[in-house]
Amino acid sequence: MEAIQKHTGLVYPMNRTNVDTDQIIPKQFLKRIERTGFGQFLFYHWRFDEEGKKRPDFGLNKAEYNNASVLIAGENFGCGSSREHAPWALLDYGFRVVIAPSFADIFYNNALKNGIIPIQMEKEQVDLWMRQAEETEFTLEVDLKEQRIRDAKHNAVYFDIPAYHKEKLLNGWDEIALTLKLEDKIEAYEMR
Amino acid sequence: MGNQETIVDKIWNKHVVHAEKGKPDLLYIDLHLVHEVTSPQAFEGLHMNNRKVRRPDLTYATMDHNVPTKNRDVVKDEIANKQMETLRENCEKNGIALADMYHPDQGIVHVIGPQLGLTQPGKTIVCGDSHTSTHGAFGALAFGIGTSEVEHVLATQTLWQEQPKTLNVQVKGDLGAGVTAKDLILAIIAKFGVRFGTGYVIEYTGDAVRNLSMEERMTVCNMSIEAGARAGLISPDEKTVEFLRGKEYVPSGEAFDELAESWLALATDEGAVYDKTVTIHAEEIEPQVSWGTNPGMCVPVSGRTPVLNEVEYKEDVQRALEYMGLKENQPITSIEIDHVFIGSCTNSRLSDLKKAAAIVEGKQVKSSVRAIVVPGSFSVKLQAEKEGIDTIFKQAGFEWREAGCSMCLAMNDDIVPHSGRCASTSNRNFEGRQGNGARTHLVSPEMAAAAAIEGHFVDVRTIAGVPN
Ligand code: SF4
Repeated sequence: MEAIQKHTGLVYPMNRTNVDTDQIIPKQFLKRIERTGFGQFLFYHWRFDEEGKKRPDFGLNKAEYNNASVLIAGENFGCGSSREHAPWALLDYGFRVVIAPSFADIFYNNALKNGIIPIQMEKEQVDLWMRQAEETEFTLEVDLKEQRIRDAKHNAVYFDIPAYHKEKLLNGWDEIALTLKLEDKIEAYEMR
Repeated sequence: MGNQETIVDKIWNKHVVHAEKGKPDLLYIDLHLVHEVTSPQAFEGLHMNNRKVRRPDLTYATMDHNVPTKNRDVVKDEIANKQMETLRENCEKNGIALADMYHPDQGIVHVIGPQLGLTQPGKTIVCGDSHTSTHGAFGALAFGIGTSEVEHVLATQTLWQEQPKTLNVQVKGDLGAGVTAKDLILAIIAKFGVRFGTGYVIEYTGDAVRNLSMEERMTVCNMSIEAGARAGLISPDEKTVEFLRGKEYVPSGEAFDELAESWLALATDEGAVYDKTVTIHAEEIEPQVSWGTNPGMCVPVSGRTPVLNEVEYKEDVQRALEYMGLKENQPITSIEIDHVFIGSCTNSRLSDLKKAAAIVEGKQVKSSVRAIVVPGSFSVKLQAEKEGIDTIFKQAGFEWREAGCSMCLAMNDDIVPHSGRCASTSNRNFEGRQGNGARTHLVSPEMAAAAAIEGHFVDVRTIAGVPN
């Protein structure tokens, strides 16, 4: 996993609640056996019509969001299927941060394991940023170390993230390697 | 006071390998179920790092998501084929038992676990699939994980997990005739919402739950994830013990009796405290039909689609109605369907098929409807055929298929066409779940069967001979 300390990027506002992982990446694209190359299928049926043509009315297809790398969405983002292809697709497309009032548990975990910062934030704040990003070109600077988000005018908001997850993201640690340091404890458990 | 524990506490405490302040606990995993779609990248990760599978003996694999259900020998999709081949190679290389699509034990991963007795009370069970919560019906702590976690479990047989909060969903009274376990869980999600379980493990309690058969309990626990909870479970009782007696992976004789005793001791202690409790009255529940694009968008069959001015998330409701091709305030029974799918890990066990068959017996599927039955496992299929259930379905005009996930997620050829409308016994009605542009209505097997005959939704309780 690639370490991530700080990220500044253009915000893409997705004003929908309960965005499920079937929407983030539809099942017909789950057949690959690699972790890469899923970005082209991100939000596939929202981005493309039946003939595979871009839907001009879908936000992500608009020129002004071309380089978006911070996704802001409504409550319960990432619900449904446990497919890790969802964060793989987001990452491959270029998103490094997802901000929402709430996340589904499995998605939250999966995001953390792939170097995406999932940030849970009060709904009022999310709504405010959502509106700003809908109206103008809007960037946010996310500083994981400081647990701080700043807009271009340097208005700062702080966020919570469990210390343990934060450390892993900051260092890009391989979790399995960490666990294997406890192998004697696992063995002892198995001997019980 | 003080020593009463919930079943979650008991299972948790027995499985902690390592605990450290400020960190999640390292939890030992007793059973790891694997399927073809979420495992290839995990095995690849292991391989790249020169790691091996720690406990192949605690790992069990099957093929379910991609398998063809019409003709096993025709996998039209080369990439799906590759994925199944990859699983076979990975299992061979690592010494993992595999029920491939020709194996008598093959089936949907959450159907075969209990059927083989791999699923047992008190076990920690994981699988790279969100409906792993199904196994909670046996009083196991079972939850879905992502592919990175699959790799972690393969390598270490453990997982880092925060101790979850406990949520008691208390179901008072008893379900009425013609009201099923599926209606119960849909009504729970409709009442409390698709987020109410987030961060919790749900324990289902109360008389209505005790009165459910093991297969019905699986239907309830299966959809815990649709309430946002990673796991849902039911304390074991005599029914649990009897279901498991004689199963292939369960010991027999005295060893079984001892085991059974330890299982029963896992039940939540009288007076144990939950972090949260909610209550629902079973008598008030009617057969349910989902109208929208998440499982919380669900109403009684006697109801109507929502009125836009009366709802909280108006934009979401409007978008859902549009996607579903429905109007506001439309009676549910006026909705005409053209597809029926009886199957999936929610409702594809023998009792589900029997109850649906009882509705269609001697009748004909409406000519405008295409209806398929996909048994949850090869063994369910075989048993159903022994009892002549396949004949009832076939004579009524249903297609009778091989076991697999099939139209639940439409990864194989079983797809609902664009704008098609399906009465489905599965668990997710997300946009495009059963095919691009497909519209899904979640119902019980009985309700799906009745809709197949009538061509629109009907209250199954108005049909003579409805089994309770
Ligand atoms: S039947 Fe459906 S929900 Fe169940 S495991 Fe298969 S795809 Fe998932």
